[in-house]
Amino acid sequence: MIIKKGCNFESEYEDGTLRVSLIGEIDHHSAVSVRTAIDEKIYSLRPRKMIMDLSKIDFMDSSGLGLIMGRYALIGKLGGDFCISEPSDRVMRVFELSGLGRIIKIEKSGK
Amino acid sequence: MKTKTEKSVTIKDVSSKKTVNEIKIKLPSLSVNEGVARAVCAAFCAQLDPTSTEIADVKCAVSEAVTNCIVHAYKDTVGIIYITVRLCEGRIARIDIRDRGCGIEDVTLARQPLFTTDAENERSGMGFTVMESFCDRVKVTSKSGVGTTVTLIKQFAGK
Repeated sequence: MIIKKGCNFESEYEDGTLRVSLIGEIDHHSAVSVRTAIDEKIYSLRPRKMIMDLSKIDFMDSSGLGLIMGRYALIGKLGGDFCISEPSDRVMRVFELSGLGRIIKIEKSGK
Repeated sequence: MKTKTEKSVTIKDVSSKKTVNEIKIKLPSLSVNEGVARAVCAAFCAQLDPTSTEIADVKCAVSEAVTNCIVHAYKDTVGIIYITVRLCEGRIARIDIRDRGCGIEDVTLARQPLFTTDAENERSGMGFTVMESFCDRVKVTSKSGVGTTVTLIKQFAGK
């Protein structure tokens, strides 16, 4: 079994929309560094909308919920819209436990 | 998702079962070891031929318990996390995660969804809820100033 090293992200910014695609495993260890880097993007770009793409996440525990909740709150504070996109069934299970599905918009392509 | 029914295995049931295989892991409470701990536990449990969902449940629950040791038990220090995984008859995994950290003052309160003592660091307060949802049983014994043991019980239904 391969022990994967943390979490990375890719980002795109166009017409006021910041899309951040998280890649890898989100736990407490990886969330800290990713959080700082994403927040730097948010503060410098001030997006009107942020989409957090979770389709490339292999693992997520409750630290991922903290990461999502924190970005949702920050974007809200700056007056923007926030949504998550393409969560796997696995990510949805953790997400639903928290009740966040009732607060945060989820985009799914319906695959 | 498996729902909790009366048939669900209890801690007492597991104590009476024969241990087939066992591994002990000792790790310093460094956050980089969260991934190591869950990967080792999952790899060891793989002997019981669990489904991919069941193995993902184990990984997530172990990750939560180990994170608690690092973030809460050994908050401003580095201590040792002791993990024992026992595979028992009946395709049951029993995972004990123990620390000698600060302990939990009120376990019932700590187990409440969204309860956290560390909101400023974006802790969601969902750790115990995740463990309870992804395992058959979760037992927490703790004493202030002495430490905490979290016991996770997971029975693999199979494919």
